[in-house]
Amino acid sequence: MVGAKSHKVLIFALMAGILAFFYMPIISLMVFSFNDSRSLTSWSGFSLQWYEALFKNREMMMAITTTLSIALMSTFVATILGTLAAIGVSKSKRLVKELVLSVNNFPILNPEIVTAIGLMLLYSSLNIQKGYLTMLLAHIIFSTPYVILSVLPKLRRLDPDIAEAALDLGATPLEALWKVIVPMILPGIISGALIAFTMSFDDFVISYFVSGNGVKNISILVYTMSKRINPTINALSTILVVIITAVLLIVNLYPMLNKKKELKEAE
Amino acid sequence: MKGYASLVKPYIVWMSLFIVVPMLLIVLYAFTTSGNELISFRFTLDNFFRFFDPVFIKVLIKSLEVALITTILCIIIGYPIAYIIANASEKSQTLLILLITLPMWINMLVRTYAWISILSDGGLLNSLLEFIGLPPMKLMYTDFAVMLGMVYNFLPFMIISIYTVLAKLDKALIHASHDLGANPLQTFLRVVLPLSLPGVISGITLVFLPAVSTFVIPKFLGGGQYMLIGNLIENQFITVGEWNFGSAISLIMAFIIMASMMMTRKMDRDASENTGNEGGKLW
Repeated sequence: MVGAKSHKVLIFALMAGILAFFYMPIISLMVFSFNDSRSLTSWSGFSLQWYEALFKNREMMMAITTTLSIALMSTFVATILGTLAAIGVSKSKRLVKELVLSVNNFPILNPEIVTAIGLMLLYSSLNIQKGYLTMLLAHIIFSTPYVILSVLPKLRRLDPDIAEAALDLGATPLEALWKVIVPMILPGIISGALIAFTMSFDDFVISYFVSGNGVKNISILVYTMSKRINPTINALSTILVVIITAVLLIVNLYPMLNKKKELKEAE
Repeated sequence: MKGYASLVKPYIVWMSLFIVVPMLLIVLYAFTTSGNELISFRFTLDNFFRFFDPVFIKVLIKSLEVALITTILCIIIGYPIAYIIANASEKSQTLLILLITLPMWINMLVRTYAWISILSDGGLLNSLLEFIGLPPMKLMYTDFAVMLGMVYNFLPFMIISIYTVLAKLDKALIHASHDLGANPLQTFLRVVLPLSLPGVISGITLVFLPAVSTFVIPKFLGGGQYMLIGNLIENQFITVGEWNFGSAISLIMAFIIMASMMMTRKMDRDASENTGNEGGKLW
């Protein structure tokens, strides 16, 4: 039994160690965003000056707007494009299906930097000026394959007779699509949209190669600013971490709370 | 129903233009000389020959070395962690997985940037060393810093992919092995480990691929002079402007990555065949 006890202590120590490893940098980053001095290593007092600097910094505010607007728009387009493509693929002949899916896998399996330079070369051969629109288009291009991959499994489980029945009952193909097929594959569409959003929100490598003319998202800004120590990055990161943690907690805790509520009501 | 098949047509056009054409452009650039007009190309293999300079070969070997060590470290650290989580109570499993995946949602640049202040000369780690009476160490801009950054960024992928396999493992097999007289170590080595190999293999893909091609982590934690193949490509495109040479390097990198993926897949297949055979012998 002594063995079992020391076993437990060891397990606990390992888990604590790994969690410390994962969270120490993030916590230290957050703590020093409240530091009174520019130093990221020695604490000299509490202050909100870096948050003030952040909100006064036009470049940073622009980067936040760019990141959010590109993430929202690219998610919207990629979700529609990907869902329609997935429906088409699922009804296509085997050869077409295999061909489309293997090309579709390219941006997923390729290192990001390869996708990035491919798009950069495409824009330059078409003589397109790099800027906001090129970044938006790139984000739609790299996130659509993920939408397709997340919608397809739902379509595979869909009973083809149901859409057929809707058509027999007088629905136009568009109505059958919108009122019958889409609601049934909605979970796949939503998870695809979420993946597309996070991919776009976090993207650095592809944005870095395909944007220009001073258009920057948060990642590019962090990359260019981090060459010098800059606590405003810490302030910005802290806000991001807090928002992401809050969203994740709500998403993860909501079903749990609901379950508890149901249990209570059942009692 | 068949009518919906035509919905794929716009995407085929889209895909050809935005996925296939860019790939072809990389190939075209890699095999031509610079300064081409759109109509007349001059094909050449010089871009590839140029890569066989000891300087560049060294960079390639270094990238493979760093990515390989990172992958091995992720297996060594990730496997026990995944094993512990998979054997915890269901409630702790959900919580622990949430805690492990949470940092993955934070921007990779931010996570890597966070290490700079910890590893720097007067940083947290060195203060800790000082506190326990050890001499300060140069941590930033070393191989150690780069690999630490990589392990930090990619370890969650390894843990999650091993965990998903271990969590689905049929516990009856473990009981059966115990009942048949195997001690815990034998059970682990001959039942659990072989069955969890697919998780390890997919973890290797998820760690090795980004580790070979990243240029952010070496730039942040290795400094401006630290060169991995990703930095080399970035340099060719952003600073030097040698797009043809850069395309050739990317092709070489993509080729190496594809080859190593195929090798790991083959290993996976061989491994599952072997366990199948052993099962056959057992019966």
